[in-house]
Order: sequence, then C-alpha cells, then structure tokens
Amino acid sequence: MTVIDLDNVAYSYGGAELFSQVSLNLAAGSFHFLTGPSGAGKTTLLKLCYGELLAKGGQVRLFGEDAATMDRDAVAMARRRIGVVHQDCQFLDHLPVTDNIALPLTVSGRENEAADNLPDLLNWVGLQNQATQLPPQLSGGERQRAALARAVIMSPDVIIADEPTGNIDWEMSQRLLTLLIELNRMGKTVLIATHDMNIIRAAKTQVATRVLRLKDRRLMQAGVEL
Amino acid sequence: MKFDITRLFDLVAGDPQADRAVPPTGFTARLTLFTAGAMAFLAVFALALSLATGRLADRWSAELARTSTLRISAPADQADAQLLAAVEVLQTTPGVAQARPLTADEQRKLLEPWFGPELPIEDLPIPQLIEIIEEGDGYDATGLRARLQAEVPGAVLDDHTRWREPLVAAANRLRSLGWLALVLIAASTAAMITLAAQAALAANAQVIRVMRLVGARDIYIARAFVRRFTLRALSGAAIGTVAGVLAILLLPSADVAGGFLTGLGFQGAHWFWPLAIPPLAAAVAFFATRAAALKTLREQS
Repeated sequence: MTVIDLDNVAYSYGGAELFSQVSLNLAAGSFHFLTGPSGAGKTTLLKLCYGELLAKGGQVRLFGEDAATMDRDAVAMARRRIGVVHQDCQFLDHLPVTDNIALPLTVSGRENEAADNLPDLLNWVGLQNQATQLPPQLSGGERQRAALARAVIMSPDVIIADEPTGNIDWEMSQRLLTLLIELNRMGKTVLIATHDMNIIRAAKTQVATRVLRLKDRRLMQAGVEL
Repeated sequence: MKFDITRLFDLVAGDPQADRAVPPTGFTARLTLFTAGAMAFLAVFALALSLATGRLADRWSAELARTSTLRISAPADQADAQLLAAVEVLQTTPGVAQARPLTADEQRKLLEPWFGPELPIEDLPIPQLIEIIEEGDGYDATGLRARLQAEVPGAVLDDHTRWREPLVAAANRLRSLGWLALVLIAASTAAMITLAAQAALAANAQVIRVMRLVGARDIYIARAFVRRFTLRALSGAAIGTVAGVLAILLLPSADVAGGFLTGLGFQGAHWFWPLAIPPLAAAVAFFATRAAALKTLREQS
C-alpha cells in the first residue's frame, strides 16, 4: 500500500526550476534514503511529502488524497500521520522537553495519552534525565533524539527526517539510525534525507533500503558506489 | 455564518495547553490592556453624553411642548380688559389646564438680564404675558388663534414651536454624535487589537511553524491568541470602565446654573449601562483577533 506518492512532480522558486519529472512512491513499511548535493532540493522534496509545500506541477498524494485539493484541516490531519525530524529540530524553547515531545498529542486533543507514553519514549531515546530541561539546554544529539521522540509519539505511519545526523557525532548518528531502523521494523515508513554516506552504508547492512539521488533537477536511483 | 454562543464561551474558557504553547509577549499584552482600558474610559463618557443628551432632548421636548405663552400688546386703557378676555377665552379652551398672567415681578425678572433689577416696569408699555399649561393632547392652536383674534385683538399666541424644534434637534444630534463616538471607539479598539494580534503572531512565527509541523489546525493555533487577547481586552476594559464611572461620579452635580454640562452622567438604571462595555470590548477583541489570526495563518502558509 502506498502512503505517499509523487507523480511527475515539479517545483520552482521564483520561476527558477528546482526539479521536475520527480516520481516517488513510498510504500508502507519501506525505508528510503534521499541524497544529493546541497541545494538540489532535498528539503523541498521532503516538504512536499508532508504537505508543507504544494507542487508546481504533477501530483502529490498523501495517504491517497491529492494534496492540491486538501483543505488546511485535512493537511493538518495528514501531518499527524507523518512524524518529521528536522536538522534544526524546531522546538518550543519555553516548554520543557516532555511538553515538546508531547506536543503532537496536545494539539490533537489527546494530551491524556502523554502520561502513558512519555516514560517509555524518554527511555527509548535515552532522555529520561533531561525530561524537565528546556530545549536550549540540550546537546545536538539530545535535541535530535527529542525531535525523534516527538515525531513518533503519535505512532505515525511515516517518519521523515531531514539531515538528522547533520549536527551530531558518529556514535550518536549510529544510535539515531538504530532507533529509525527499529521504527521501520515496527512497520513505519521511513524517508531520510542525508549527505552522510556512512549512515546509508551502515543502514544497508541492517535493513532493506532504497537510495534515491536528487541531482541535476531529477530524482534517480543511486549508483553502485553505495 | 451560523454563530453558536457556546463556542464563544468555550473559546474564552480556552484550552490551557494551547495557551501554554504560545509564550507571553509583554509588548502586545501591555498594548492591548492599555488600548482596551483607554477606549473603555472614553466609551463611558460617550455613553454618558448620549444618555444625557437623550434625556435633555426628551425633557426639552416634553416641557416646552406642554407650555406656551400668550402676549397681549394693547393700549394702556384696554390692557386690563383684554387680559381678562384672554384669560376667559383660555379657561374655556379644551386642552388648557392653567392660564396664569405673569406678575410684574416675574416679568421684571425676565427682563433683568438685559435691563437690570431696577426697571420701572409699571411705567413702560411692556406686553402682558400669560403662561399657558396644557393638559391631555393639548389645545387646538389654530382654533385658539382664531378665537383670540376675534375677542382679544392685541393677543399673540406663541406655542414655542419655532425655538423648541431647533433645540430638540440639536440635542438629538448630540445624542447621535455620542452613539457615533461609541461606534468609532469600538472600531478603533478593533483596529488596535488587530495590530497587536498581528504583532504577536509575527513574533511567534517559530511557535506557529512548530505547531503546524506537529499537526495543529489553524483554529487551534488561533484559539491560543484569541483567548489571550479577549481576556486582556476584558480586563483592560473593566479597569477603564471603573475609572470612567469614577470620573463621572466626581463631576459636579447637576444644578440650574450648571445647565447641560453638569448634567453629563447617568441617572437611575442608566448606571448599569457601563457594565456592558467590558463584555462588548471582549467581543470586539474576540472577533478582531480571530479574523487577524486566521488571515495571518492563511498568509503564512
């Protein structure tokens, strides 16, 4: 079953084409890497996948619905099924880590579930000692793990991560990758945009992945160098 | 658009979680409080002006409509006879409750502002005045004039219409201006709160981005801002209203010499009217912030 489908999609900024003829089919439970040089449009492609941007050409379907015809509430509902981890994480800096992680439940009116889920989740990402800290007090790796915990607290169908290992050391990258692989084994669809070839190689030894490369305005299957 | 009042109360009661998600912004909070307070203070005076001028218009209209004056200008040897004839005519006129000739002292007092207190009124050919007080639906002015013309040739009936109407029109215009001032105050409050809400939304762009990322609907995000601004406007307006009412209370009390200005204030049940100002300010803030928030959220995407 397809969860996110991009069909012949194009995007441009101010008339300058970023990419076109991009087709991507994310099947439920699949694990994808998206690579490519800086400025190729990886982040834009991810934003199309969770409805933050609308394609300038082609069609994007989120859980079977055409993103171009979805109203704003429908897009919000779709985002509750997609956990997003940004490179810069994006937290509410005035709220403690627990409240930030529980935010998806809060905005969905399911804050009562937070008490049941949070302790396990904090243990899973290893942040049980940082629960009451504010986001600016966390290290880069802790912020990435907190962002991952927030992305998965709603048990979404899809996890999208944009350069999740960009600001952290190799050991922490490995730990984050392990968490993402665990999620994939639980049936979640994972899409990761990264420059980090070592992470891709490490993942390929543990899980069946598909690696895509966005280059020269086109999306293609990555070469054998991986 | 169908409006459900319970939704308004839900919204004001709010979602503490949504409220917590938006950090407090001191500048917009102070601006909203000050604006609502100042506007409520002015609204109390505009309301007092409207109600006072309304009372004035009603009083002038009623008092002057119930009285009229008969002026008799006759040669000295006929003055008494014409006065008697006029009083007789008036006493037999349906709708006239009382017809009373003014005494020499009363006539002197009327002329005192122009001629001073020592005017020898008995030696001057001054017309005799008769004060007429009406009853029921009043008298038939045309019929009375015809009778007076036949029986009292020196009599001129003045039913005050000529100068009553402009006075009442002026008072009514003042009352309208008072209401217009209230509308303008409400519009200015809405404009100021809209600007403050837009500033708060702009200052919280990152918060909004994060909330959107995790699946918050626009109405959820707007609710945090709407609730906050509604409550700020409510409390600011309450303070402004109390201050305005105290200021009205401290005005000198109405007296004959003070006239219109010292009559500015509330009387009887009108004292309850200012109680409506804080909830109205809150309603203005509610709709202004909601419109601003939803518009800004649409534009930010």
